[in-house]
Amino acid sequence: MDANRPALTARSWRVLAYGVPLGFLGLFFVYPLVAIVVRGLRGTNGETALDILTDPLTREVVWFTLWQAVASTALTLVIALPAAYALGRYRFPGRSLVRALVLVPFVLPTVVVALAFLAVLPERLERGWEAILLAHAFFNVAVVVRVVGTFWASVDPRVSEAAATLGAGPWRRFREVTLPLLAPALAAAAAIVFLFCFTSFGIVLVLGGPRFATIEAEIYNQAVRLYDLQAAALLSLVQLAFVALAVWVTTRLERRLAVAGQLRAERDVLRRPRTAGEKALVAGGIGGLALFLALPLALLVERSLAVGGGHGLGAYRALGDETSALLVAPWEAVVNSIVYAAAATAIALVVGGLAAFAVSGPRSGDGRTRVLDVLLMLPLGASAVMLGLGFVIAFDEPPLAFRAAPWIVPVGQALVAIPFVVRIVAPTLRAIDEREREAAALLGASPGRVRREIDLPIVSRALAVAAGFAFAISLGEFGATVFLARPERPTLPVAIFRFLGRPGELNAAQAYALAVVLMLVTAVSAFLVERARVRRGGWV
Amino acid sequence: MLRVESATVRFGPTAALDGVSLDVAGGNVVTVLGPSGCGKTTLLRAIAGLQRLDEGLILLEGRNLDGVPAHERGVGLVFQDHALFHHRDVLGNVGFGLRMRGDSRRRIAARVREVLELVGLAGFERRSVATLSGGEQQRVALARALAPEPRVLLLDEPLGSLDRRLRDRLLEDLDHLFDRLRVTAVYVTHDQAEAFALGDRVAVMRAGRIAQIGSPDELWSRPADEDVARFLGLRNVVGGELVRPEAVAVRLAPDGGAGVVESAVRHGPTVRLVVRLDDGSTLEAAVAALDHPAPGDRVDVEVDPAGIVSLP
Repeated sequence: MDANRPALTARSWRVLAYGVPLGFLGLFFVYPLVAIVVRGLRGTNGETALDILTDPLTREVVWFTLWQAVASTALTLVIALPAAYALGRYRFPGRSLVRALVLVPFVLPTVVVALAFLAVLPERLERGWEAILLAHAFFNVAVVVRVVGTFWASVDPRVSEAAATLGAGPWRRFREVTLPLLAPALAAAAAIVFLFCFTSFGIVLVLGGPRFATIEAEIYNQAVRLYDLQAAALLSLVQLAFVALAVWVTTRLERRLAVAGQLRAERDVLRRPRTAGEKALVAGGIGGLALFLALPLALLVERSLAVGGGHGLGAYRALGDETSALLVAPWEAVVNSIVYAAAATAIALVVGGLAAFAVSGPRSGDGRTRVLDVLLMLPLGASAVMLGLGFVIAFDEPPLAFRAAPWIVPVGQALVAIPFVVRIVAPTLRAIDEREREAAALLGASPGRVRREIDLPIVSRALAVAAGFAFAISLGEFGATVFLARPERPTLPVAIFRFLGRPGELNAAQAYALAVVLMLVTAVSAFLVERARVRRGGWV
Repeated sequence: MLRVESATVRFGPTAALDGVSLDVAGGNVVTVLGPSGCGKTTLLRAIAGLQRLDEGLILLEGRNLDGVPAHERGVGLVFQDHALFHHRDVLGNVGFGLRMRGDSRRRIAARVREVLELVGLAGFERRSVATLSGGEQQRVALARALAPEPRVLLLDEPLGSLDRRLRDRLLEDLDHLFDRLRVTAVYVTHDQAEAFALGDRVAVMRAGRIAQIGSPDELWSRPADEDVARFLGLRNVVGGELVRPEAVAVRLAPDGGAGVVESAVRHGPTVRLVVRLDDGSTLEAAVAALDHPAPGDRVDVEVDPAGIVSLP
């Protein structure tokens, strides 16, 4: 109907925007998934699929995975809600800094978080479910604080004030007005946290010891330690089924909870804390969270410096030496990580960026777009370990014998990062007012020029953020990488894991030292992206 | 200059534009007046090249625009809610069209300064559009469309989102601007006052068709039919005859009279009285006096025969 539209989405551009993501995901996601299904149903060592599924060990693993995910989610909510309340209702000095800093644990590699809790907990609690729950809470408070806090800041406080004039006390106001209004945000945040904890791998592998394993960790144990690919494949299918069920339940729940409330601008909602009680709430909520987040990281640094009864840089100096834990000197892992992560970021930006254009284009909503949309989000639920396992099974034989190729590592990392890239870029693209494009066309901009002058500058900010996320995710990616990285080319998380598997004080100190290095590389790259973003923002 | 010939646009079974023909002479302003959903925005989008015609022709300076994409038409459009480029400052917005045609940086700066002065925003070049008030954003949108000197300027309810006082001021400014620049323009609105104030000619649109087109005086004195009359606010239509409200005289008649005053509402210098006649019908009168009958008063009415217009 629109005279300009056929030209705006030139055929070649459309082919590219659909073809590249579909081809990439088809080969590197769907095909390995199919390979897992085939492998899982084909018995090789006398066991049938049913035997493995009804094994008491399987039942134990599924039960632990479920209850620890529920308990971790509850703990995360308890720790994060006071801070979410403070950020959602009050204006105070340093508020935006707190909002930014709270994101730090979320971009930290899981292996680093696991080590931080090894450092902070007394030996008795070091390897057990308590440590796992705390580490999960540390990792996920960012989700609750940001999602719930931001939503809270848009809920009209006058609704609660109206309830007060009708005779409701503070507790009833919270229970009958605030809580129902917050329910959609709470449910959304809890669902995300639950999924992350359900498919948790690095934290459980390091902190769970031999006694506790999630399905995800058990897939790794079966595949790598016992070399039972069939059991690993079957467990993957069990996990996929549970994740699909959880996603289905939470989307239904969210729809039921959704209240069409009047949303207000943040500046009309926030106010300074006035009474002593309010001040104590804000200080306690923010301060408590700060302590919970800072203490493990500080002790992580301390432990990396503890060698031979005193403190020193011994562990760091030893990173340059050959070690029995790795085939190479540990510092090479730093280089490997950065190179792999850079390549993974490039792949994720190209594939994810094109996919974002495709799913948010003028035809969004038709069948083809929906297929791509679902396909893009699936790697989130399929989990990293499943991707790694899928690669090992699918790319084992010519002509697809890729599993030993160096480029397969960044491809796996990019798959993990792509859903995030799409989630960050697509909303920005959708938010562009179609009339801005029309206005540009009327002022003489050709269709290609419109894309360059309107879409690209607006999206470049989102692309920079997505690049930062993709890089951080790839740096810390452990689940897929542990399957794919060659022994002579370990990444930082893999090297840390190898050191942890060795006895001895120096090995432990080197693991901590590498974790600190990984944390610093992640922080520096996030900082550089932030700076690049600001500079570009001034320029465009 | 601009000629639209039996333009038709269908959305599924309904015709948003149903055989519309319109001529705009060079330097003239035609306002298109109609209720929302009557097809006036579709007409503008069709002229701009954002909407393909199912039937009909659009000619600009004698050239058929069929198949010419929007960015090659040289037509300026001021959007309803401005549609400014929020990622650019005022200079980036107003200079956009000049940059597209390849002007030098210096020429762009000079022309932008000139246009901003014209719309009363001198010195605003480096301001971010997000910091501007609604009226200022509207002026930037106008400057952006004017800067590349389009052959025809199209305006889609440009004052629709502004409050009354601001609207009146911008209306005056626009009127001066149109006179000074002698622009050829099509201005779409649902507001009768805007349409009459700006239009050399006014086209009344209804359900995808143009019901009547003429000068404001022509429209006011000889509405084409009852619908047009009612849309213009003339409600005294009795048996195919229109009685102009200013031709109705009303006198207090406490003990007799022909009816009762139902309401009295002041519109600037005149008061509109609605009189319920004893036969059940109503008659509207525009009275200039300060002491006018109040609601509930019994009154006599008298109609000046010169104020009766017979409708076709």
